[in-house]
Amino acid sequence: MAARGTSLRQYLLTRLSLVVPMVFILLTLVFLLMRVAPGDPISASLGGRVPQEEVDRIKEELGYDRPLWIQYVDYLGDVLRGDFGVAITDSRKIGEIVRENGAATLELTFFAMLIAIFVGVLFGLLAGRFRDTWIDGGSRLFGIVVYAMPVFFLGLMAQLFFGSYLGWLPTSGRASPLVDATLETHTNIYTIDTLIAGDWDAFVDVVKHLILPAVTLGLVTAGVFIRLIRVNVIRTMKDDYIEAARARGIDERSVVYQHAFRNALVPVITVVGLTVALLLSGAVLTETTFNWPGIGKTLIGYLENRDYTAVQGIIIVFALVVVTTSLVIDFVNAYIDPRIRY
Amino acid sequence: MAVPAQVERVPARGSRLVGVRRAFKPIGEARGMARAMLWVGAGITLGFVLIALLAPLIAPYDFDTFRADGERFPQLEAPSRDHLMGTNVQSTDVLSRIIWGTQTELKVVLISLFFSIAIGVPLGLLAGYFGGKLDRVLVLIMDALFVFPFLLLAIVIAFLLSDRVGRGVFTAAIAITVVYVPLYFRVVRNHTISIREEPFVEAARALGAKPFTIIRKYVFFNVVQNVPPLATLNAADAILTLAALGFLGYGIQPTEGAEWGYDIQRAVSDAASGIWWTGLFPGLAIVLLVTGLTLLGEGLNETINPVLRKRPHVKVDLGTHGELS
Repeated sequence: MAARGTSLRQYLLTRLSLVVPMVFILLTLVFLLMRVAPGDPISASLGGRVPQEEVDRIKEELGYDRPLWIQYVDYLGDVLRGDFGVAITDSRKIGEIVRENGAATLELTFFAMLIAIFVGVLFGLLAGRFRDTWIDGGSRLFGIVVYAMPVFFLGLMAQLFFGSYLGWLPTSGRASPLVDATLETHTNIYTIDTLIAGDWDAFVDVVKHLILPAVTLGLVTAGVFIRLIRVNVIRTMKDDYIEAARARGIDERSVVYQHAFRNALVPVITVVGLTVALLLSGAVLTETTFNWPGIGKTLIGYLENRDYTAVQGIIIVFALVVVTTSLVIDFVNAYIDPRIRY
Repeated sequence: MAVPAQVERVPARGSRLVGVRRAFKPIGEARGMARAMLWVGAGITLGFVLIALLAPLIAPYDFDTFRADGERFPQLEAPSRDHLMGTNVQSTDVLSRIIWGTQTELKVVLISLFFSIAIGVPLGLLAGYFGGKLDRVLVLIMDALFVFPFLLLAIVIAFLLSDRVGRGVFTAAIAITVVYVPLYFRVVRNHTISIREEPFVEAARALGAKPFTIIRKYVFFNVVQNVPPLATLNAADAILTLAALGFLGYGIQPTEGAEWGYDIQRAVSDAASGIWWTGLFPGLAIVLLVTGLTLLGEGLNETINPVLRKRPHVKVDLGTHGELS
């Protein structure tokens, strides 16, 4: 037991030490892309609209007239302290944007992930178990078509059918205007906030708004799960211990359910981690389609206004979220599966 | 001098042909679903390639034509005999935009695949074969690019390029290239590392072959087998990325060419009033093309990847002297 503890800790430390240069390179890449390529952010966002003297004054005030490497060191220091800067166009703090709009994205992606896992695991297991039957064919075709479906197209069709045609569900925003205006926000996650407020009608309203975006994003993401789980099941069914279990006379049902499925599902944790990046990309599109005021839609707005500091800050946050998730996933995996720790 | 050179060349050419035949052999051997996926995928893909090539002949109008015979087309007209898939808010013919759009999509995908393979594969070979500092630095940079949400990366690149290069096919292709280089790099590098330790490479090294000769003659052909399935699946992904860029307004400018993602973005505002044809048809085109490419890629993957491959059972005659082929 002691040996195991040491090696786990060692693994964690090695893995953590690898993250540091990764984050450093990411930050440098973002800086190079956003700061060096377009010149200075003030001229980019305000140039032409404000007199040149005013631009120069703001530049000096915010330190954009200093040598680039000093700006770079400054920027690294700020990010390390957790200060991601302030948007030029509307003076919102990036941290504030992440807290408020990020909560909307979190709510959307969380429910989308639940749907993706449920649909993906179900179809993936079925396809792998009944390989080369119509169940397999159907599941795979479903997986491929769902993968081939741009999330914004599925969203548009859902809006047309459930919104315009049937009129069952709202197609835009997080809540009806009245609920949006009166809801007391604690977490900015509306499903939780309405429950805290104990307002049942508002809760139903919020859930109704959530259904179309979450199902759209979830279904599109499920394709990845179906594919990977299917291959995993097939691979696991070929493993020696499955053969051994059969040889011991264990009946096929429990071979499949107890031995194969359980092991085939371990990698799902990794996939969930990998999917976070995918889900964030999908969220940008889903939020734009459904007018969901999440961080992705906010980012697109800042891009349109050429607000480089806001874009830079939000992108760093995105990248850090992905790095952190992959780190957590690796830890969980190392904890579950001793073979991963070297 | 001439004689040994000739002796050397003849078997070399022969063995390469054998290599090519061996590489294609699994495709003929594919059975069952893998075979079906392969051929259906190839059929759909070929269909779109034909549409793209024949666009000038089969498209009823230009992608930006909104009038004919001095008369403006009706706006947002439902599918009719004049406009089989209707017209959009700018009065252009939806069918024509889809046909011309095929050209745009395939152009962008081809350019971006070419560049990402041309950059990713050599870098992967070098990093994998030589290892050391070069490898470590490249891996770090590529991993950093890889963890980035891919769409964001493409948006940022397209956004930065749009001010300088404009928003044409090339900008979109470069933005997509940057996203996919790390993928090829990773796959090729990891495979190269495992090939590097194989006995036949060891033998070549012992014979005094130069590193680049080894990479070219021994490593490259083993590694490059992974590329076709990857590139096909990648092409499918690239189309989705291009459409997403277009949807967000960072793809191809409407004056430069027709693009399906952009058309869908314009259709979002039509949806509220129940107009379905402006969004449905471009979307279906994306789904069909991406499905075709994915089927082709998965089919290739299952016929080439030994873990997933299923071969027909062959009767082996053990009576006479066995010949290995």
